[in-house]
Parts: sequence; C-alpha cells; structure tokens
Amino acid sequence: MLSKRIISCLDVRDGKLAKSIKFVDTKDIGDPVAKAREYYQQGLDELVFYDITASSDNRGIMLDVVSRVAEQVFIPFSVGGGLRTVEDCHRVLLAGAEKVNVNSAAVKRPQLIAEASKAFGAQAVVLSMDVLKVAASAQIPSSYEIVINGGRTPMGIDAIQWAWRGEELGAGELVVNSIDADGTKKGYELTLTRLVAEAVGIPVIASGGGGKPEHLYDVLTEGKADAALVASMLHYGEYTVGQIKGYLAEQGLMVRHVTT
Amino acid sequence: MITLVDYNAGNLTSVRRALNHLGIPCQITADPEAVRRADKVIFPGVGAAGAAMSVLRQRGLDAALKESFAKGAPILGICIGCQIILGHSEENDAECLGLLPGKTIRFSASFSAPGSALPLKIPHMGWNEVTVTQPHPMLAHVNPGDAFYFVHSYYPQPADVSQVYAISEYGGTFPVAIGRDNLFAVQFHTEKSGPVGLRVLENFYRW
Repeated sequence: MLSKRIISCLDVRDGKLAKSIKFVDTKDIGDPVAKAREYYQQGLDELVFYDITASSDNRGIMLDVVSRVAEQVFIPFSVGGGLRTVEDCHRVLLAGAEKVNVNSAAVKRPQLIAEASKAFGAQAVVLSMDVLKVAASAQIPSSYEIVINGGRTPMGIDAIQWAWRGEELGAGELVVNSIDADGTKKGYELTLTRLVAEAVGIPVIASGGGGKPEHLYDVLTEGKADAALVASMLHYGEYTVGQIKGYLAEQGLMVRHVTT
Repeated sequence: MITLVDYNAGNLTSVRRALNHLGIPCQITADPEAVRRADKVIFPGVGAAGAAMSVLRQRGLDAALKESFAKGAPILGICIGCQIILGHSEENDAECLGLLPGKTIRFSASFSAPGSALPLKIPHMGWNEVTVTQPHPMLAHVNPGDAFYFVHSYYPQPADVSQVYAISEYGGTFPVAIGRDNLFAVQFHTEKSGPVGLRVLENFYRW
C-alpha cells in the first residue's frame, strides 16, 4: 500500500540555510547539503529546496547546492524559487533535482506549467499554491483565495479553481500552503486541504501549521492529503522523522520505515 | 564497468550519481557499439513509451540491446526501461522491444484507494511496499516491509507469471520486478529509494 509521505522544505539563500536550523554537528551549521543528508538518514521521504536568493547573480550557487545534494541524498527532491521559464526549470533538473516547484511565476503566467509539463513530464512539475481564507464571494466561492509575494498580494483567483487549472495544465502534484496556518504550529488547514484533495486527481501535499505529529495525522486522514510538509518541527530539533513516523504508524497510517 | 544507455530519458544522471556514490564504475553512452560490447547494461528511464522507443530506434539502440541480451550480458531496466522490454505498451500504443513476452498496461482510474471513496490517483507516485514473490539475486536483502519510490501511470504485465519476482499493491496488486535469464527490470526508481534502493544497484554489480 502507498505510504503517506513526510516531506521537509529547506530555504536556501546564497547557498546557505536561511532559517535558524538546529544542527547535530556544529561544524555543519548553515549547510543545506549536510542538513539534507541528516534528514535522509533519519528516513525523510522527500525534500523541497526553496531558493530565496535575492540577487540573480547568485543563482548559480543554488545549482551547486542541488548537484551536491543529488550526489549524497537518494530520495526525490524538488527545487523552487525564482523559476520563471522552462530553461530555469531545465537547469535545476539537470543539476539533479527530480521535480521543479513553481508558485508565483505560474500564477502570473499559467502557461509555465504547461510548458514545463510538456518538456519534462507531469511527474516533474509541482505546483505550490499560497492560500488565504477570505469572505466567500462570487469571485472566490470557496472562500480560499490565491495570494503571492508571501501572502501580501491577493490575486482574485479561487484556490479550488486554480487547483483544477493547475492539474489541467499538467502539474503532477500540488502543494497547498495555508498562509493563515503557516507559522502557527497549531495544525494544518484541514478544510482547505480536503477541498483541494477532493477536487483533483493528483497528489496533494499539505503545508503550513504542522507543530506536532497529531497535526500530521489529522491532515493525512481528515484533510485527505497524500503527504505533509514539515518545517520547524524538524528544523528546531523538536522531533525526528522517526518520532513523527512512529506516531503515525501507531495510529495505523502506512509510512515508510528505513532499515539501514 | 556498467554501461548506462542514453536515450534522452531523464534519470540517467541520477543512476550515475547513485553508482558513483557506491564506488561502482560506469559510463554513459548513446553508441550502439558500446552497448553491444558492454559487460553489464542499465537501461533507465522516465517518460513515455512511444517517445522512448522512437529514440532507441533512431540511435540503433533497440538492436544493440537485443544483441546484448542474446549474448548474455546482465541487463537492468528501470521504470520506462522495465516497460519497454515487453512486447507492447498501451501508452502511445507502442510496439516495444519484446525481450520478455507481455505488455504494459495503464492503471484503471475506476479503482478506488483502499478505505476511501476517492478514485485512485494516477500517476501512482510515492513510496510503496514491495513484496518479493520469488527469490532472485537482484532482490537479495530486500526485506518484507521495504518500500521503494514509484512514479508511473502504467505497469508491466508479463505473459508468464513465473517471470514476476515482486509485486506491490495500488488498487490491486501489480508486478514491480520482472525478469528472465540475464534480464531483470524494476518499475520503481531504485536510484531514488534510499538505502534499500542502493542495495538493488549493488546486487546488480554483483550479479
């Protein structure tokens, strides 16, 4: 039976980890490759790297990070941040990522999804959507609106409509990130996740709000997500991958166990 | 030396990186002569069966693979490489290599996931448990409960069930490791399946 996936994301700026992330080995502090290796060894199922490098001059550094991760970490990983063209996507795939992760650029120019899907296959294209809860309206019937720029810019697009559109254009997976839940550590946005998961026929990854293993259980069952993204729970050393998976397995969910 | 067949099919460099990590020597080639001469061949791939077959034919690699198989060189197919060794694929209605009798079939969207009213999501993407149904040196040290990473919408169905070595379950059971003689093929991405996946590549090196 297919396992529920636990995925983590690492924000990278100028080749270094952007958040304060706890390290087991102090000499590795800030190194995304070392962190990826540590999570891989703990049994994480997949990784996402977001390049938040401000200057385009430093984008090459990210490609170097991607290729070093690919040499040492043998699980799938995607790369997002600053991908605007098929050529941008091609570069990170050549460097060793399995998938590209597109977000704002796809909202501004939806054809990016179709172009990348045609060039590399739907399995290589992950559409991330940032979503804010708003009052329901004719334009936003689900009351969930697509936003960009970290939640600052509302786009007047209904999240469910956008999920459909993304699937139709050729996305292979959707990351549903609740701006409301993000950073609260009070649990994922279950209603939003369930609405999207029921609307599309591609896997849905829940993001934003995970603070304890119970939250993952809720979003993987009630929220109908196929996978859950975790950040601070792992990054601050509050839990290991094994502890999270151990809890989910105890509750009867299928998760991948790693024997070494 | 393991020869990786280059036919514009995606995960070639991932397989090479995994072999490098294991210290197993390998070369990537699109030259049919090099494939004919190879001691061992890995035939990886991501993509569509029809496109994969047409590139193989254009480069003369289809004949080279058949000769390599006939002369007894161990061959490992991965993902698309596990599908186009069969006679035919439903994907693009493609005529394939026919090294192993059988065909490649699409998952049925009418199946539903166990315990759920939702239809099965296609592609089958993620980590799934692999159950060994017949021992094979390529599956040595693959234990009950071990999961591998999959991304596919079609699966291989050999005509002769005795050529199935492992299965998984997704709306029903389906073959995930098949083989005959010096040919073995896996539907999962063993190069992206963590430590147990690397073990299968080591098994191939020793096979």
